[in-house]
Amino acid sequence: MIVAACLVLIVLFSVAFHLVSPWWWTPIASNWGYIDTTLVITFWITGAVFTAVVLFMAWCVFRYRHKPGRVAHYEPESKRLEIWLTALTALGVAAMLAPGLVVWNRFITVPDDATEIEVVAQQWFWSYRLPGADGQLGSSDVTWISADNPLGLNPHDRFGADDVVIDGGDLHLPIGKPVKVLLRSVDVLHDFYVPEFRAKMDMVPGMVTYFWFTPTRTGEFEVLCAELCGTGHGYMRGYVLIDEEAEYEAWLGEQLTFAGLPAGKEVQVANTAEPIGGSDP
Amino acid sequence: MSSVSEDPDTGIPPAEVPDLPPPHAHGFWSRWVFSQDAKYIALQYSGTAIAIGLVALVLSWLIRMQLGFPGVFDFISAEAYYQFITMHGMIMVVYLLTAIFLGGFGNYLIPLMVGARDMVFPFVNMLSFWVYFLAVVVLAASFFAPGGPTGAGWTLYPPQAILSGTPGGTQWGIVLMLVSLILFIIGFTMGGLNYAVTVLQARTRGMTLMRMPLTIWGIFTATVMALLAFPALFVASVMMLFDRLLGTSFFMPALVEMGEQLSYGGGSPIVFQHLFWFFGHPEVYIVALPAFGIVSDLIAVHARKNIFGYRMMVWAIVIIGALSFIVWAHHMYVSGMHPYFGFFFATTTLIIAVPTALKVYNWILTLWRGDIHLTLPMLFALGFIVTFLNGGLTGLFLGNVVVDVPLSDTMFVVAHFHMVMGVAPIMVIYGAIYHWFPLISGRMLSHRLGLIHFWVTFIGAYAIFFPMHYVGLVGVPRRYPDISASFVPDSVATLNAFITVAALTVGAAQMLFLFNVAWSLARGRKAGHNPWRAASLEWQTPEVPPRHGNWGDELPVVYRWAYDYSVPGAPRDYIAQDDPGHRASWSHVP
Repeated sequence: MIVAACLVLIVLFSVAFHLVSPWWWTPIASNWGYIDTTLVITFWITGAVFTAVVLFMAWCVFRYRHKPGRVAHYEPESKRLEIWLTALTALGVAAMLAPGLVVWNRFITVPDDATEIEVVAQQWFWSYRLPGADGQLGSSDVTWISADNPLGLNPHDRFGADDVVIDGGDLHLPIGKPVKVLLRSVDVLHDFYVPEFRAKMDMVPGMVTYFWFTPTRTGEFEVLCAELCGTGHGYMRGYVLIDEEAEYEAWLGEQLTFAGLPAGKEVQVANTAEPIGGSDP
Repeated sequence: MSSVSEDPDTGIPPAEVPDLPPPHAHGFWSRWVFSQDAKYIALQYSGTAIAIGLVALVLSWLIRMQLGFPGVFDFISAEAYYQFITMHGMIMVVYLLTAIFLGGFGNYLIPLMVGARDMVFPFVNMLSFWVYFLAVVVLAASFFAPGGPTGAGWTLYPPQAILSGTPGGTQWGIVLMLVSLILFIIGFTMGGLNYAVTVLQARTRGMTLMRMPLTIWGIFTATVMALLAFPALFVASVMMLFDRLLGTSFFMPALVEMGEQLSYGGGSPIVFQHLFWFFGHPEVYIVALPAFGIVSDLIAVHARKNIFGYRMMVWAIVIIGALSFIVWAHHMYVSGMHPYFGFFFATTTLIIAVPTALKVYNWILTLWRGDIHLTLPMLFALGFIVTFLNGGLTGLFLGNVVVDVPLSDTMFVVAHFHMVMGVAPIMVIYGAIYHWFPLISGRMLSHRLGLIHFWVTFIGAYAIFFPMHYVGLVGVPRRYPDISASFVPDSVATLNAFITVAALTVGAAQMLFLFNVAWSLARGRKAGHNPWRAASLEWQTPEVPPRHGNWGDELPVVYRWAYDYSVPGAPRDYIAQDDPGHRASWSHVP
């Protein structure tokens, strides 16, 4: 009796907690509402299964609990029942997987008009790079990194000269424009994580990873690191500000370009040379 | 198999090998220390695993104290916090769960349940335990080494695991961890070969594979998987050890640490992740499959009903075991690996949900129309079903690649894997201990203490991990000693404090269990022969507890499967496996 009642209470508690507790995801600020939708579908399907299975179990425990004289039914297996259950489960799984894969396909297909920007992670802060007037980021490599050249831009690459370098400041992005975020780490694994954007991806030293999104809401969003990166991991924070176009342009005008940094001086000398060395993101 | 049940006289094959006595102990050392008796080795394994598990329990308290009341406990620095979570995770997954299921229950139950006198290689079995013991000592030693244990997270991802920004990264911590893992794998391999060969070669007459209890199927399949999966961790550990000590660059690309160019270059951190999870995902099932098997038997015995769909259950175990080798990269959806992998691994991962769901259905269909005795093993089995179901279903969120993107590396993941491979298997371990304690010791554990233990553990664990999913949903990342952030409402801190109180309570309830074991060993009610009226072979030994060699003069002969409960027309509600009497009319009964 008590056991069955507790099982029912667990279901009631879980459903009630889900429906009325104040803890839910942050209001979305990107185009990835599809992900939220898939998540909600998954909640409904799994919630229904959990409720049904535990309630049935509670009923079994109540109805078939031991009493003097009770004898268990003898039926080693039932092919029909097992086939039905397999088919139903497969159907439920497909109902979650199919939309999931469709959305994943969108997630990894970057639109052609996306602006490439770069986020660089190191223990334990964020830096950013935006393409200049040429619309292209110059090449970079960890071997170029020095006190004068904190992001390791290739000083011989003319595309890099007008790149806007934000070393340790906040990132601004214009609302409504798709961005391809190129992710680079100079030391260990990190992960550029803004909960409101839904998208995230690890940053791996030695390679360039990416994700894309379109900001859909102006505001100030906290950046966290989501891949353990050492003692300072929990304090590796920053901010992304989504601005209206005009504000964004004003902010952009105040930023330093690579050519303005000490290490960038050479670029002007060599700006006709083809890019050499380093990896082109 | 049907011919056997129709005519045992012709169906039972003759013994192919002579019945040799297992090696006898001749003195104190060979009896009590370097024992070669699987039952004793099982207790050595379990005792060591539980002892180091208590360390992990204390660490979990410290972790929760920091999360529930950040800033209150000064001695928990960020360094210490990362060391706590790393050691907690590694101890629980490898040194407790893997060791107790395979080294503990495997050693105790395999020979008894298949009707053997001992493991086929008793000496290697003894060595296996002592190498495991050494691995535990090395692991524990890292607490006392300069710089303390590693704080790299239990996944030990390079480059940070071997760099100075991580506790123990450039000191002793990571080295001792890797050496300990290497030792563990060597020890396990010796034991694992033993378990697999014993199941394949030392079954008694009449014990066909399809008559084995599901406990043995679970342990056997998990053992084979572990023999295939652990080598990946072995090579990864050796390579990382080389990167750390010899300056090789297997996993290390060119990098700049704190403004310094290091001499590494050309390695790939992602390769380590593939190797780690090629081990790590099967590892989940290495823990889960023995639990699946054991819980099936607990439910059958205590519901007085054959396990529903036995053959399906066996195939489900085997299929899950095989599939679990092609799902590993679902731990790496946001690792930066090629995005097309997402399609493949999401599909395989969700497919594995089907045989797993079937197992859940069959457990419940076994309860349906049963004669359910709400004994402690049954209660823990019910607790297992609820927590496993819950954790399994949240696995469908994380396995479905795009849904994983916002949830990965958040507390949702922490809640998920604790529910599914922490709480659920531990429920089974407790159920199994309450179930087999009378066989091992000859005495019953106290029912009253057990009830308190069960309810506090079950309700408490659910109260810890169910709400924790929602902390992750809010967006709180895992592995943060302080979760305050602009998007986290203050109420989450209250919830965290509540979870911490629940965790401390559940931890304290485990002390009650230890007291119960100690008290019952001395004062418990005498169990007598087969107190649960179970049909499987381990309860049919001539003496309880079974003596060295298990079976007295004659090995048992098996006439039926392990699930002949409530057979219509039978004189009792169970028929032991070695009982040649009444036969069921069901054509598929093995």
